[in-house]
Amino acid sequence: MLKIKNLHVSTESNISILKGLNLEINKGEVHAIMGPNGSGKSTLASIVAGDPKYMITSGEITFNGKSLTDLEPEERSSMGLFLSFQYPVEIPGISLNNFIKTALNQKQKALNEKPFSAKEILEKIKKNAEILKIDLDFIKRSVNVGFSGGEKKRAEIFQMLMLQPQLSILDETDSGLDIDALKIVAKGVNSLRNNNSSFIIITHYQRLLDHIQPDFVHVLNEGKIIKSGGSDIAKMLEEKGYDWI
Amino acid sequence: MATEKNKTLKEITKNKYQYGFVTKIESEKFEPGLNENTIKLISAKRNEPSWMLDYRMKAYSALQKMTPPNWANLKIKPIDLQKIIYYSAPKKPKYNSLDEVDPELLKTFNKLGISIDEQKKIAGVAIDVVVDSVSVATTFQDTLKKLGIIFCSMSEAIENHSELVKKHLGSVVPYTDNYFSALNAAVFTDGSFCFIPKGVRCPMELSTYFRINEAGTGQFERTLIVAEEDSYVSYLEGCTAPMRDENQLHAAVVELVAMKSSEIKYSTVQNWFPGDENGVGGVYNFVTKRGICLDSAKISWTQIETGSAITWKYPSCVLKGNNSVGEFFSVAVTNNFQQADTGTKMIHLGKNTKSTIISKGVCAGKSNGSYRGLVKISKSADNARNFSQCDSLLLGQTCGAHTFPYIESSNKSSIVEHEATTSKISDDQLFYCKQRGIPEEEAIGLIVNGYCKDVLKKLPMEFAVEAQKLLEISLEGSVG
Ligand SMILES: Nc1ncnc2c1ncn2[C@@H]1O[C@H](COP(=O)(O)OP(=O)(O)OP(=O)(O)O)[C@@H](O)[C@H]1O
Ligand SMILES: [Mg+2]
Repeated sequence: MLKIKNLHVSTESNISILKGLNLEINKGEVHAIMGPNGSGKSTLASIVAGDPKYMITSGEITFNGKSLTDLEPEERSSMGLFLSFQYPVEIPGISLNNFIKTALNQKQKALNEKPFSAKEILEKIKKNAEILKIDLDFIKRSVNVGFSGGEKKRAEIFQMLMLQPQLSILDETDSGLDIDALKIVAKGVNSLRNNNSSFIIITHYQRLLDHIQPDFVHVLNEGKIIKSGGSDIAKMLEEKGYDWI
Repeated sequence: MATEKNKTLKEITKNKYQYGFVTKIESEKFEPGLNENTIKLISAKRNEPSWMLDYRMKAYSALQKMTPPNWANLKIKPIDLQKIIYYSAPKKPKYNSLDEVDPELLKTFNKLGISIDEQKKIAGVAIDVVVDSVSVATTFQDTLKKLGIIFCSMSEAIENHSELVKKHLGSVVPYTDNYFSALNAAVFTDGSFCFIPKGVRCPMELSTYFRINEAGTGQFERTLIVAEEDSYVSYLEGCTAPMRDENQLHAAVVELVAMKSSEIKYSTVQNWFPGDENGVGGVYNFVTKRGICLDSAKISWTQIETGSAITWKYPSCVLKGNNSVGEFFSVAVTNNFQQADTGTKMIHLGKNTKSTIISKGVCAGKSNGSYRGLVKISKSADNARNFSQCDSLLLGQTCGAHTFPYIESSNKSSIVEHEATTSKISDDQLFYCKQRGIPEEEAIGLIVNGYCKDVLKKLPMEFAVEAQKLLEISLEGSVG
């Protein structure tokens, strides 16, 4: 589904961040990516999603066989790519409700499908809000404005469930979540996982992986994957830290 | 049923006849130019009472001693009053069918969701039978009549409610106020008059749309709204559809009189032709709007300004009565080469008077937007309060936003608060929206709507939805 070959990425100001990264993710797989602060995890997430702050200097990313390099972020989104942001952005004056409706129907439009009716959308909202134990009043608030850290993450997962992506990248979605919220978010992810969706889960901690069993764990350091393996890697890292590698 | 329908049809045929009649007078259109004779002719054509002619003449002689204001942050080519035609018969339809209308204009109509009949009316296409709009207008007028509400054109008001007009016309905006108010007083030929009797709450939004025989708006409009004690009215001016007009200069005057404990809500959507993307053409819009509040009265101005090449407009409140309240909620969008200098004046005279100003400027392209506001607290205004919030949002690097807040306070017990921000749509916000599948133009529309929400929510419901779409359309192509 997602293939990344020898990827080199720089910032607009030519700071090289990813330096020859390879990764392949198949349908239904869950990959965890760990690695020290500043190793390039969020940069990887951003470049896959198409953030214009970053440039591919060499290498390639394909999604379902199609090169992503020249595609706009919204095109990638309508192909089924979702990013749960490490730092979700505030949009004052636009309710989460209105925002997700707009997003859903833009996607329908991009896919040449007819828009969802208000009723259909409301049903989806209710269903997913229930899975994530989100109050319907919360959805009326402006996107991420004044949300607590944990609320922001929960709102990201809510949007993920609404959009039903094929590949979701969760960038430190577990940071800031309390123990109960962590379980709830894991439940949300697992409900999608059963539909054959794939995930990249960026995290520093084992605890989320206790609830969402990854098929593979990768360790990223200085812009390269330096170790890949099964879920035991995460447990070792938790015990021994990065020096272990 | 059948008879009712017949009645409506009869009225329509009558209307059609009037069109024919109008076409006949059109040949009598005045020559361009402004002098005493022009004004006498205007007054005579309209069979005005002599006091009206006197008033116009006084305004004209005041005008001759005045010069156009030049303090605004606007670059304007001089306007030659001698090149304007001051009297022409009501506009006759320009086109026979919608096929002849500029396709760009029709595209916008469709985006706004405006009905075909409405499209014809706005674009100036001959309308055969518009049963709906006529019958709506008729039942509407019946309801108003039962409540004693007067809602008619200014010409009808001068003819049928002469005393009321005489009493209030110019009482809030005297012709001596400024160059454009003097010009308007001398030559106005169109506009609305509205009177709400004591204790009456007008049950519907009064919209210029529903005034029978009203197609398009005039160049020199004059509007007067009088709300008697304990009454309430909400008035809508303009429409979200783009208004094309060959007349470059527009100089309207609006006066509001809010008697004791009454409330007037005045909402405007201004979408005159802004000129093309190269800054060619477009309407110069110089408007004087002011209301006076007596004891415990309240006036709210809400405006969505997206059109015109030049906007010069400061809807104001004179808070004369104790405990009176003035509000100003504004969204001003400029794109391409548009220039807007707009804001408000809140003049606090009475005790415990309160005013609120919320202004949202959105600038794109090579445009320039300025907020200019005055909060004046006079000696007598004990415990007066004002809160002002003036925000500007810049889209791109080539536009300019400016804020000119003036505060004059002569009473120590007053509290005046002013907040101002200038912001840009951040790349992170755009990327966030795009990641969710929302393309750039839609994302900008969404973010701008969110930014203007505090003002948009003051608009009457039906209007608010249209206004949101309008904001998106106004900013199309602003991404760069
Ligand atoms: N726009 C940018 N301009 C300059 N440097 C950048 C930019 N974006 C990222 N970097 C740098 O690239 C490196 C990788 O950043 P990135 O955010 O990908 O790290 P991360 O692995 O997600 O770290 P964390 O675990 O702290 O979230 C860091 O050193 C960061 O400072
Ligand atoms: Mg990160």
